[in-house]
Amino acid sequence: MTEPPVVIDDVVKRYGKVVAVDHVSAEVRDGELFGFIGPDGAGKTTLFRILTTLLLADAGSARVLGRDVIKDLWVLRREIGYMPGRFSLYPDLSVRENLDFFASVFGTTIAREYDQIAPIYSQLEPFNDRRAAALSGGMKQKLALCCALVHRPRILFLDEPTTGVDAVSRREFWELLARMRTSGLTIVVSTPYMDEANRCDRIALMQNGRVLATDAPAAVAASFDKTLLAVRSSDRYRALLALRDYPHAYGVYPFGEALHLADDRAGIDAARAATDAAGFLHEKGFGDASVEPTSPTIEDVFISRMGSVSPQASAA
Amino acid sequence: MSALFGLLRKETYHILRDRRTLFVLIFMPIVQVILFGFSIRTDVRDVRMVIVDPTPDATTLEIRDRFAAGGIFRILGVSPTASPLDHLFRTDTAQVALIFEPRFGEHFAAGDPAQLLVITDATEPNTGASRQLYVNAVIQQYESERGRRAGTVQIIPQVRSRFNPTRESTNLFVPGLMAMVLNIIAALMTALSLTREKETGTMEALLVSPLRPWQIIVGKVTPYLGIGFISVLAVLGVAKLVFQVPMEGSLALLLAEGTLFILVALSLGILISARTSSQRVALLAAMMGTMLPTQMLSGFIFPLESMPRPLQWISIVVPARWFVFIARGIMLKGVGLVYLWRETLVLAAMTLLLLVASARSFKVRLQ
Amino acid sequence: MTSPAASSAIRTNGLTRTFGAFTAVDHVTFDVRPGEVFGFLGANGAGKTTAIRMLTGLLTPSSGEAWVAGHDVYRESEQIKRDIGYMSQRFSLYDDLTVGENIRLYGGIYDLSRAQIRDRTERILSRLGLSHTAHDAVGALPLGWKQKLALSVALLHEPRIVFLDEPTSGVDPITRRQFWELIYEAAHAGTTVLVTTHYMDEAEYCDRISIMVSGRIEALGSPAELKRDAGASSIDEVFVRLVRPELAGGGGPAK
Repeated sequence: MTEPPVVIDDVVKRYGKVVAVDHVSAEVRDGELFGFIGPDGAGKTTLFRILTTLLLADAGSARVLGRDVIKDLWVLRREIGYMPGRFSLYPDLSVRENLDFFASVFGTTIAREYDQIAPIYSQLEPFNDRRAAALSGGMKQKLALCCALVHRPRILFLDEPTTGVDAVSRREFWELLARMRTSGLTIVVSTPYMDEANRCDRIALMQNGRVLATDAPAAVAASFDKTLLAVRSSDRYRALLALRDYPHAYGVYPFGEALHLADDRAGIDAARAATDAAGFLHEKGFGDASVEPTSPTIEDVFISRMGSVSPQASAA
Repeated sequence: MSALFGLLRKETYHILRDRRTLFVLIFMPIVQVILFGFSIRTDVRDVRMVIVDPTPDATTLEIRDRFAAGGIFRILGVSPTASPLDHLFRTDTAQVALIFEPRFGEHFAAGDPAQLLVITDATEPNTGASRQLYVNAVIQQYESERGRRAGTVQIIPQVRSRFNPTRESTNLFVPGLMAMVLNIIAALMTALSLTREKETGTMEALLVSPLRPWQIIVGKVTPYLGIGFISVLAVLGVAKLVFQVPMEGSLALLLAEGTLFILVALSLGILISARTSSQRVALLAAMMGTMLPTQMLSGFIFPLESMPRPLQWISIVVPARWFVFIARGIMLKGVGLVYLWRETLVLAAMTLLLLVASARSFKVRLQ
Repeated sequence: MTSPAASSAIRTNGLTRTFGAFTAVDHVTFDVRPGEVFGFLGANGAGKTTAIRMLTGLLTPSSGEAWVAGHDVYRESEQIKRDIGYMSQRFSLYDDLTVGENIRLYGGIYDLSRAQIRDRTERILSRLGLSHTAHDAVGALPLGWKQKLALSVALLHEPRIVFLDEPTSGVDPITRRQFWELIYEAAHAGTTVLVTTHYMDEAEYCDRISIMVSGRIEALGSPAELKRDAGASSIDEVFVRLVRPELAGGGGPAK
């Protein structure tokens, strides 16, 4: 019975009065693609830095690959692959030079590890001599990933690898990650994009240093305990304002092209809830409003859980 | 108009709230004024004098006593011949030499011109002149006491600055200038190099790697050694071609010492950046830690002997002080390692100390 | 040539900007109606930032025409600056000044009277529920509050058009929605909003959107229209279909 590759036990980290990581516990299983999902300030980067031996926790413990992150930092630094937020690449070095450097620091060369990084690096090779500063966001992503992979780590930590990058590059990146999973590599990712959560095997929702939920994405979504409706109307904004007065509204908020309305009546039949809401809107003059039951997503769960962990009073 | 006022107000807030910059802006001028004030003193004290007296008699003994009693000169010794002078000047043991001509006393008593040769080590022309004046004053007083009328000058001092025949101040400045330039390049570059890593975020990636602190430090110092060496050559080239500074001693030795000095400066730069996280702070710290002491306390512009004792003690830890001494010795006096081994050792010890301190204070984590 | 001030808040015609041999914005033609919420989408490096710089009077076009708030971008760029508001993710407020000081500063820059500044400060802070932060340094506020505050400050002088450059990056889902409510309020009051974003679901909040690829506008219309035309169920899909062929095999130059 081997230990899971990541074991986080009640970790706390403070910066002055702010608690960046607030009693976080979690486990990542072998070969898993695990996502820490949360906005800026949730504590993801701080947590990652603790796991990659860059910061010391104020309380609690963490073990990576069966090693303590404090005592065994030099051992772990050989085994971990880390892609920090903001892609720490050298802007004035070329693609090739950046990769050469990171390979050499781990005592290897690009040639020797070529098969490991080929799927990604082959896309970069045409730009081998281009300086990193001149690369597009998507290319920088791929380069930073190569640099993290080139020494064949046993576990990969990617801190917000898709932030600041456009939608297409994000998709491509996740497809890369999916392919890497098949090799058995354990991958831990953090992201503020809720839709990316569905690409992971398991996720942990984080907000203000705390974990709101940990489970497979589908299970997290299914944990939404209210009946959820999607409302469509041509005058979306005024419909939103009107629904705030709806007596059965637990919460109403924009969601893509629709509005999501959570009905606060326990056990209410979805179709009935929809009809009630539609009727309410028609009365208010929204003749073309349509209401249908809809399946909750992770974002809905996040929103409903968030209320309980807002930082200070009055989140207006 | 209110826009401008709002902007002015904002800038004032920025200045007042940036405590560190404020500290430097206020502190630095104060320090400069104090240092300038003290270092520019031109009175002369404790000048080491050697006397050559081939025919000692009552007259010469009296004159010797006058010099000894004045408090300005310190008589190191008396020699019958001028032969030890060369060595004494080269080792900086003596700063002034008084040479009585043979049968000085006889000539003086007879009322004939009696020659007294005064040699000052004028590698520092401002003090050389002051010392000259003091010697003249002592002699003139003696003259008047002995009833020789003022104006009937019986003694004719001759002054030769043996070791700086052209008396060009550039010759003296250049070694100091070299020190300053090398100091700046080295300390600044390494300070910026490390802090730039911290600012671009690549520091994280470096730290997470298996690289040990000493590897990072050596890896960052060594490339600048190469550049620094080229700088030494460049500055020397300019000194030679443009200012025609003499090169009495061994070029190879000077280059070696220059490289050693750069090593010290680099180590200082690394130490500074190991403790700061922003380029701006590193820049200010490097400037205050290198340029200022180099200008004021290395003996480059202002002679060390004229400074109050506490400042002289402080100058011991200023690397530039030692290098300026070494460089002047090699370039202007032509001395070799035999004379300079102590100063060289000091620089080497400083390097070791700074490197060890850097390795120790280098943080292996982000906090 | 009369400026088409009444019918469009923003109007461009063949707007182009080159940097040497590279064409950042390539004959872009579109218009934004008053009070509209217009989403300006595109991949990084597609030319969005350059286009916005031209529209906000910061960069002169190489060729083509454009009018913002009825002013010609070539000859009246200073007037444009007075009639628009701007907020970007990279910079909005001064971290080491307090909330109140920031508002006063911007109020002063836009020539508001002290009474106006006082009133609007109170209004903004109570609307956002941030009255208790008036004397706190902005740097100490959570990101979400900062962003909402920055938007309010951009609207402080009641501009006709406001440009928002990725205003909700990194912010949590609830705050994002609160932010968009503020946008809707402003739009309902008649302010035209041009916003760029990487969140495709936010694209759905807009009245109309445009998608830029390699300096050209490749799609323009309401979200529903674009989805219908592309046979896609989300703007994300529309986006990917438009952009992916261009990006096959590598990336273009960075922004």
